[in-house]
Amino acid sequence: MATKAIFSGFGGQGVLMMGYSLAHSAMNKGYHVTFLPSYGAEVRGGTANCTVAIAEEEIASPVASEPDYLVAMNSPSLFTFQNKITAGGVIFLNSSIIKDHPNRPDVDICSVPCSELAEEMGNSRVANIIMMGAFIKKTGIVTAEIYLQSLESILGSKKKSAAEINRRAFSTGFDYLKN
Amino acid sequence: MNKFLMSGNNIIGEAAIRAGCRFYAGYPITPQNELTEYMAEHMRNAEGGVFIQSESEVAAIHMITGAAAAGARVMTSSSSPGISLKQEGISSLAACELPSVIVNIMRGGPGLGNIRPAQGDYFQATRGGGHGDYRTIVFGPATCQELADLTMDAFDLADKYRTPVMILADGMMGQMMEPVIFKKPKPRQYSENFMLRGAGDGKSKIIRGLILDAIDMEEHNWKLARKYEVITKSEIRYETYQTDDAELVVVAYGTAARIAKGAIKRLREHNKVKAGLFRPITLWPFPETQLRSLSGKIKDFLVFEMSTGQMLEDVRLSLQGYADIGFHGRPGGAVPTPAELANVIARYYEKKD
Amino acid sequence: MAKVIFQRPKYLKENVFHYCPGCGHSIAHRLIAEVIEEMGIRGITIGVPPAGCAVLAYNYFDLDMIEAQHGRGPALATGLKRTLPDRFVFSYQGDGDLAAIGIAESFHAANRGENITVFFINNAVYGMTGGQMAPTTILEQRTTTTPAGRHKTLDGYPVKVCELLSQLPGVAYAQRCTLTSPAQVNKTKKAIRKAFQCQKDALGFSIVEILSPCPTNWKMSPIDACKWIDEVMSKEFPLDVFKDITPAAQKNTEAV
Repeated sequence: MATKAIFSGFGGQGVLMMGYSLAHSAMNKGYHVTFLPSYGAEVRGGTANCTVAIAEEEIASPVASEPDYLVAMNSPSLFTFQNKITAGGVIFLNSSIIKDHPNRPDVDICSVPCSELAEEMGNSRVANIIMMGAFIKKTGIVTAEIYLQSLESILGSKKKSAAEINRRAFSTGFDYLKN
Repeated sequence: MNKFLMSGNNIIGEAAIRAGCRFYAGYPITPQNELTEYMAEHMRNAEGGVFIQSESEVAAIHMITGAAAAGARVMTSSSSPGISLKQEGISSLAACELPSVIVNIMRGGPGLGNIRPAQGDYFQATRGGGHGDYRTIVFGPATCQELADLTMDAFDLADKYRTPVMILADGMMGQMMEPVIFKKPKPRQYSENFMLRGAGDGKSKIIRGLILDAIDMEEHNWKLARKYEVITKSEIRYETYQTDDAELVVVAYGTAARIAKGAIKRLREHNKVKAGLFRPITLWPFPETQLRSLSGKIKDFLVFEMSTGQMLEDVRLSLQGYADIGFHGRPGGAVPTPAELANVIARYYEKKD
Repeated sequence: MAKVIFQRPKYLKENVFHYCPGCGHSIAHRLIAEVIEEMGIRGITIGVPPAGCAVLAYNYFDLDMIEAQHGRGPALATGLKRTLPDRFVFSYQGDGDLAAIGIAESFHAANRGENITVFFINNAVYGMTGGQMAPTTILEQRTTTTPAGRHKTLDGYPVKVCELLSQLPGVAYAQRCTLTSPAQVNKTKKAIRKAFQCQKDALGFSIVEILSPCPTNWKMSPIDACKWIDEVMSKEFPLDVFKDITPAAQKNTEAV
């Protein structure tokens, strides 16, 4: 069966990039993947979300009725999706912004203050990559190396400095989670 | 690596350009805007490529008519309400025997409907859609890889039969990303004789759908009909999945078929129903005899569509009197999960016993 | 030796026109064929006939032609011209075709400055379908769908195509002429030539509007029809050059 994750947040937080980079790295590892962005009237500004499915076989539906993972970058995302997560799944919280606690005792909560960590790095725009560091560490869907290779190929190798910042952001999130 | 992770809409655009499409006209409508935007960005970089954002879907279909007459490989795209507007031109393309590719990324309807994925345009696509006695070849892709392959094939078939070819997908296919590998396009085979490029010193040519004499028009209709017969004999495509030992076969196309496949896998894993899938890839011509040949040993068929039952009629034409036909529909933009559909199939099967 | 001073233009086919006696289409066809012959562009010209009385124009012009659906000529011509930028492409349209059902295609082709030429035959009536109101039917004019005369609040006003399109930056040349006398016919021919020249010089969209008699649907004799154009119709649709960005015209303007 497919592993499914929903990434959700404000427009501008880079949630589509989170999903896309995960799907891309899983593809590079040889998995079947689908990536489905929310589309239509609701994505013009405001919130954005996307669903990624990863499997060893053909994926029937790119929609996740019971995702294994939720990455909530803001409070509305948590409220919208927390009840869909499958029992035993994981909710990743951007705890810099989300002060509410999930109402799901049956899932694992993984709080990462990724906005603050990004500020500390001096670049608020990499909060999403920091969160991806934590996500990859926790889920182990792909290795850090494969993920970073994908990220670089997506963003293009023209800007070495940007690649370096992303690499550091990823490590920050990856290391933030203690085993 | 030559594997890309792209959305269905972008894949159609890229496949078209690789296949040598050099004229695209379109008008924005959700959920196919990314295709128009992709063409805007990439078509003008292709040598001789023309992109026009037209004033309407009507204008777009007639622009590609002009470009097709001039000899270009042409494409336009839209979503359901916009495809309705294009019908005048599609009828004309069929009458004038001009090769062209039309993409419909279906949404909920009728009327303005909504922008969710649906399959309510099956009748319109497979029965010609516009006025007059004609058909268009219709592909119903179910994966992003198939979108790429069939888009390229669509151009080849359009040239081969000098006819409009439609790609019939839905909002889910258009928006979803999947890995895709673009195959090498075949070299174009299309005679200069059919192109309208100015008469030079020679005899002037006319391309027209207007044939006032009834007997001449009748002959033209029969000529088209003979062409459609050849297409029906030679171009049918379909997929079967786990039909060898199936007790029940689900018939579905496009997005509905991939969900059905997921449902069938679940049913088999849980040892509930030995179900299989019959998936038409060409919706017109419909794989009628191929479907009927399954009815030798299988007597239960369940049609699943994201509509209130349109392909159902083609399945009845194929199977009526040979097997029992059930139907499950989710119109209007509702897309069931494989688990939901598995329950529907299981219940249907149990009731029958 | 006898000297030939008048003959069938080289690029009109040997077919007899189906047009009614006194109709302007045959003269307009002839003028276009003459200009094409004189400019030596027959081999590189593609014409787009409309739906309407001129629907069979391809039976007369010895040119490559593709029939357009009603009103879609400028869209079709756009596709042809963009694919073959070095060919001459013209669409030939009536008033219903251009100013009613095809106003969007005409307006936007003009606005994009498509380098094509439109010949617009304005006879203030739908000819082929039997004399119904056209967008250019003038007020009080009787047609089969305005039996009491066109009424401004019930039927709207006549559309002035050249005035409208000449406002668009994409339009290089817009002139209205008529066919009611030898002098007018000569003027019209010059306008046709100028429109093709605009296209040759890639200046943008060119349109020649021709006020054309329709004795049958106006229920007049051919002579009365010409009189009606001179005395009534051309008051509503003044004969004028509405736009001309050719270098010669610009020089004249500066000199004034």
